[in-house]
Amino acid sequence: MNDQVKPAILVTGAAGALAQQVIRRLKRDYRVVAVDFREEVYLGPDVPSYRMDLNKRAFEDLFRKYRFQGVVHLGRILSSQESRMRRYNANVLGTENLLALSHKYDISRVLVLSTYHVYGANPFNPALIDESAPLKSAGLSMDLVDSVELENLATIYLWRYPHLNVTLLRPCNIVGPGVRNTMSQLLSGRRAPLLAGFSPMMQFIHIDDMADAVVTAFRGEATGIYNVAPHDWVSYRYALELCGCTPVPLPSIPPIVPRSLLKLLRLRSFPPYLMNFFKYPVIIDGRNFARTFGFEPRRSLDTIFRYYRENRDPV
Amino acid sequence: MNLRTFLKEKLVPADIDQHVDGIRKMTGSLGYDPWGFNRDALKIGMTFVQHLYHRYFRVDAKGVDQVPADGPVLIAANHSGQLPIDGVLIGYALATRDKDPRIPRAMIERFFPTVPWVGNILNQLGAVLGDPVNCAKMLANNEAVIVFPEGIRGSGKLYRDRYQLKRFGTGFMHLAMKYNAPVVPVGVVGCEETIPAFGNIKPVADWLGVPYVPVAAPVVLPAKVYLRFGEPMYFSNVDMTEEEMTERVDQVKRAISDLIDEGLSERKRIF
Repeated sequence: MNDQVKPAILVTGAAGALAQQVIRRLKRDYRVVAVDFREEVYLGPDVPSYRMDLNKRAFEDLFRKYRFQGVVHLGRILSSQESRMRRYNANVLGTENLLALSHKYDISRVLVLSTYHVYGANPFNPALIDESAPLKSAGLSMDLVDSVELENLATIYLWRYPHLNVTLLRPCNIVGPGVRNTMSQLLSGRRAPLLAGFSPMMQFIHIDDMADAVVTAFRGEATGIYNVAPHDWVSYRYALELCGCTPVPLPSIPPIVPRSLLKLLRLRSFPPYLMNFFKYPVIIDGRNFARTFGFEPRRSLDTIFRYYRENRDPV
Repeated sequence: MNLRTFLKEKLVPADIDQHVDGIRKMTGSLGYDPWGFNRDALKIGMTFVQHLYHRYFRVDAKGVDQVPADGPVLIAANHSGQLPIDGVLIGYALATRDKDPRIPRAMIERFFPTVPWVGNILNQLGAVLGDPVNCAKMLANNEAVIVFPEGIRGSGKLYRDRYQLKRFGTGFMHLAMKYNAPVVPVGVVGCEETIPAFGNIKPVADWLGVPYVPVAAPVVLPAKVYLRFGEPMYFSNVDMTEEEMTERVDQVKRAISDLIDEGLSERKRIF
């Protein structure tokens, strides 16, 4: 298809591994414009790429110039990165500007990536949490507030402006080649901390499957909020063992001990405010998404862990 | 090799290994289900419990075949004895019955997930945080769920109140009706005498964040345990007031009370 005929779409978070996979899948049918607040990434001659803050005025020029029809918002500073204030500005205020511009320029499809962290790791969590469950993470940690606020914004736009066709995805741990989040760092390390006596159940989705999920949802028509997770589970300790990683137990009780220890150690991959995610399970139910969009992850847990095991000592 | 694989290979006898493998159970590709159940962990658990069941508590179970072979079912029993030994024994009886054995799930107190090791081990054996959402999802998953409608009011009761049923919650009845799950009443006799408690040190319990700290001997006594399973009770799913619901709950309570009386009348001596 001629580039001028293809509908233009905006993909944020272009420096991330997931966005690059998504762009690769979408650029055949869409004229993709990539944006990232961290760096300007080269994604080939046919993908214009910009380094830009989403809450700066110049961002609107992209909407004027390209007349986007769709937005795929994957750009988020992870909870382990930057300061709380910088994250709030980028994630919440940036998203607010993005959604306001999407409304102003009559965008007809908006996909927003959230995270399962919004449910919060609470000892009383039931398993197979569905999308209508309360978002408890804000009450448990101030460091996850921006994730919940981002969700609130997207939800407001979802109901107030139906023509935007907002779909919000809450994936489980995204892992695999190129992923730099806390979980991927833990699985790829030689040793990884765990809280003694706690090995919560976890879910993992391969980055290729997640990219397929984003693309499938973007191309689909259903709007709303969806968990994205395979119907498969493993305990944290067993996941580490399958990745060839040696678990290093940290004292876990009373809770003040591990929290102080983690503050002292300042591990990027195991920050104190994510501590409860390594203590209590947050198992989400991804069946609604699978049913609505006819999506089935194709990479098994074994495939995921084999990647980490085999790439531990690259030749 | 991890600890679980090591223990399984060293301890689990072939008959338990084959028996558990023969029971149908939905698990993911690595042998876990969403609540943390793990088949190998269950085999290790059953290896220990078989001695407790047959030799220590010399359990006399009658009517375990009353639990339907498949589909959602709530197994409602009286709770007693400070520790959830009653749940373990009911679970073992059902998992080892000759015809159509099932691996039931027991709903456990809310403080267990916060206790290191204990919470994880219980989850791996099939116990689940006692939350209505969990129970609903499990019934939707066609599981057999063990519930103690008395909750901690039952397990924490003192020896002088033995075999007196405490107030039943109505949550299990709501779920039974919603998911068309029959309720199988079970009377447990003997667990009251395993850890007789003569008082509750409430300030210490509050400080530790646990429901109760009993004044009791620090040993589990080898009382002989009788499990009496009643006929499944079916309740139609119709809209009703909480008062009418309580009447239905009382039917189950009466059935459990009758089964306890049956067990007590057959008991010749406590130990």
